[in-house]
Amino acid sequence: MNDSLALARDSILAPVGLSDGDLDRLLGLLAGASVDAADIYFQSSRLQSWVIEDGLIKDGNFNIEQGAGLRVICGEKTGFAYSDELQFPALAQAAEAARTIARGGRGHSVAVGAKAPAAALYPPINPIDSLENADKIALLRRVDAEARAADPRVREVTASLVAAHDVVLVLADDGSLAADVRPLVRMNVSVIVEADGRREQGSSGGGARTDLGFFLAEERALGFAREAVRLALTSLEAEEAPAGTMPVVLGPGWPGVLLHEAVGHGLEGDFNRKGTSAFAGRLGERVAAPGVTVVDNGTLPGRRGSLAIDDEGTPTQETVLIEDGILRGYMQDKLNARLMGVAPTGNGRRESYAHLPMPRMTNTYMLAGDRDPAEIIASVDKGLYAANFGGGQVDITSGKFVFSASEAYLIENGRIGRPVKGATLIGNGPEVMTRVSMIGNDLKLDEGVGTCGKDGQSVPVGVGQPTLRIDALTVGGTSA
Amino acid sequence: MSISATEDTAERLARLQESVEELLREAERQGASAAEASVGSSTGLEVAVRLGEVETVEHIRDNGLGVTVYFGHRRGSASTTDLSPAAVRDAVRAACAIAEYTQEDSCAHLAAPELMAREVPDLDLCHPWPIGVDAAVALAVECEEAARGHDPRIVNSEGASLSTHFGLRVYGNSHGFIGGYPSTRHGLNCAVIAQEGESMQRDYWWSSARAPEDLDAAARIGARAAARTVARLNGRRLGTRKVPVLFRAEVATGLLRGLIGAISGGSLYRRASFLLDSLDEQIFPEFVRIHEQPLLPRGLASAPFDGDGVATRAKDLVRDGVLQTYVLDTYSGCRLGMPSTANAGGVRNLTIDSGPLDRAALLREMGTGLMVTELMGHGLNMVTGDYSRGAAGFWVENGEIQYPVEEVTIAGNLREMFANLVAVGDDCDFPGSTRTGSWLIEQMTVAGE
Repeated sequence: MNDSLALARDSILAPVGLSDGDLDRLLGLLAGASVDAADIYFQSSRLQSWVIEDGLIKDGNFNIEQGAGLRVICGEKTGFAYSDELQFPALAQAAEAARTIARGGRGHSVAVGAKAPAAALYPPINPIDSLENADKIALLRRVDAEARAADPRVREVTASLVAAHDVVLVLADDGSLAADVRPLVRMNVSVIVEADGRREQGSSGGGARTDLGFFLAEERALGFAREAVRLALTSLEAEEAPAGTMPVVLGPGWPGVLLHEAVGHGLEGDFNRKGTSAFAGRLGERVAAPGVTVVDNGTLPGRRGSLAIDDEGTPTQETVLIEDGILRGYMQDKLNARLMGVAPTGNGRRESYAHLPMPRMTNTYMLAGDRDPAEIIASVDKGLYAANFGGGQVDITSGKFVFSASEAYLIENGRIGRPVKGATLIGNGPEVMTRVSMIGNDLKLDEGVGTCGKDGQSVPVGVGQPTLRIDALTVGGTSA
Repeated sequence: MSISATEDTAERLARLQESVEELLREAERQGASAAEASVGSSTGLEVAVRLGEVETVEHIRDNGLGVTVYFGHRRGSASTTDLSPAAVRDAVRAACAIAEYTQEDSCAHLAAPELMAREVPDLDLCHPWPIGVDAAVALAVECEEAARGHDPRIVNSEGASLSTHFGLRVYGNSHGFIGGYPSTRHGLNCAVIAQEGESMQRDYWWSSARAPEDLDAAARIGARAAARTVARLNGRRLGTRKVPVLFRAEVATGLLRGLIGAISGGSLYRRASFLLDSLDEQIFPEFVRIHEQPLLPRGLASAPFDGDGVATRAKDLVRDGVLQTYVLDTYSGCRLGMPSTANAGGVRNLTIDSGPLDRAALLREMGTGLMVTELMGHGLNMVTGDYSRGAAGFWVENGEIQYPVEEVTIAGNLREMFANLVAVGDDCDFPGSTRTGSWLIEQMTVAGE
């Protein structure tokens, strides 16, 4: 049984009376002899958010979005139009606009039919309804109380709870209909602590493609509150960060943002097809130290970056990007895969129906090695241990990337020492991965908080890695 | 789907006004004691070309409405992309359902009625560009060709793109205020790739304006993109050191954004700012004046009223180096016990007055140091002002550029950087709503090899 497809038909097509015959006619308007590919992406989204601040539930918002994006591809040319009205005349008008790039005649008829369903990675539920509003409020109050009770130096607490229900339906030009019902929940806790005239901030959170019960399980939400306070108090003690190039040990989990920036973006198909990436044309070459294996895997059940199908209807997969240090593959959407003569990898993603798909990451992580994390830290005489990070950024052409440590400590004589202030770390992607000299046995994925931006489009992603030693990385502190 | 010349703007504006009025009436019917609503609608065209061929043609058509309902001092909000009457009812119902659970917050209310804009002055913001796809493609191709032909080291391209947007915005609230206006925005940009030996670099340039005739010439944009890109080739690293740093004009805007973040009401009432209690304090040297001009004709950020319906007005944020005002909307102002400064939605057209030195004189003033032309990452801690970012630029000795620099970081503390600002140049040469020359900072830590 294809639950997602039935749900998507019911929630998107039925209310506006779009029949399979209408879909066939729309495809006929888009496709034709000169057209290499065409598709229609229907989307219906609901998002509810709540915020607690100063101990009061102050704000809540409910967002409703729906529409369809229609795309026509001829060679390397793409025509695109979208509509927030789903009635046939509005979609037909959008189809006309999208087709202006195609010069040839029309004439395309296929039978619209269900595509074989992809493996279920998350339940086809609406997480907004998974908890009563009163219980959501109660959860935020408990989080607020937990943070305030954790330490008398806590001055301000802000916490948010977001649940989103995203239903998508992709009609490809072969007439196949693929659907996905995507729940996504997210919580964030942010605190300000103050002592002796010094103030610092700490934040923590997590999320997944599941229901809101996720935050109640294992006291997860309360754990975020305690972690935010711990991070803020650690910063309160932090001294000037060092400046210069030194050995850096990265903790497991979220520090995997290193991989996302240093190699992930540079291995997206579009940049490599166009030859604009520092990794272009290097398949089969050594780009990382032996032992380094990096994958992009959209099939992990329930993860924030996971998708049953991508936004072009392709089932997601595990794609090996780097295997034992050798560059093995790129992440592809349909357009770039076709132009490069390879198969799509289920990485065609878009922010919404009003945006064009492009190759994007899902969950990107490095596989575990065999070193004990304690042994890795003990191997460093003088360096930095970075346990937590904020965001990062990369220039895919030069390969230069940055990521910002938010929790870091000096390593002196093989021991973790004093905490140091947040600092930006900078490196060169293709170079830095060759300097990975020790890989821990403690692979961990992040808590489910990542959002990746590319060309102005945001999508949820995951990262992960084991503890890593990088022999030389530049640390941007002030203590020279 | 593209910009419609056939439908009268006034009629479309009137229809959106009706939507806002209907939202407010619906909120009242559902029991709200007050409400505010905004509706926006935009259409546009974006074309991208690469290596002389069309890459994408996108027809833009965005609609959106947002409503906030108040039940006394409890509030709830909802938004949707659907402007149909049924969607309006659903949105109001969703907002009211939220307000059942939010708590009394004495600052949750509309702006004071006497602050509402009394009229909506014509700021000359609307200059539609009835350009067709073929003409748009031709202009983008001209821009890219100018870049590709500029230097033999330009070996590849990310392409050039042209965009034109026409938008309508209407805001109203239950004080009886309702205001709306049309605006346009057009842009042309180009990004190319240069290679020499092992070094590959990308850079870009752009132009953005309310009226098409105010855009830079396509060929000039392309040539500038190319010149910037080849200048970065064969960058070197630096040894770790403390030196003066010149933030070239286009990246100095980020320092102004840091200031605005720190003096914004939201950061202040949450105590998440490194400029708490800084009103009337000397935060810059005496030569610094920073001011906002929200009513600037054709200004890229101009608006006759803010997101709360409050009439905008020109004002000094910093005069003689002293902070004159915070940047407040109705809510954050109330939290701080102050009136709104008409900044719901941010600051509009910010300018720091130029000093006497042009770029060459600034470099001579610096003597030896780093001129930064690109920053990477988000390394500003708004609570402490601690600043650490990835950077690229040029090494300068005796006032002369020596070679490009890459893969270094610069670090300091923004509060100290403001206090140690040596000069602001008379060299503002980039498009955008923030106007600044280059900033010379006395000393920062550069980390490299």
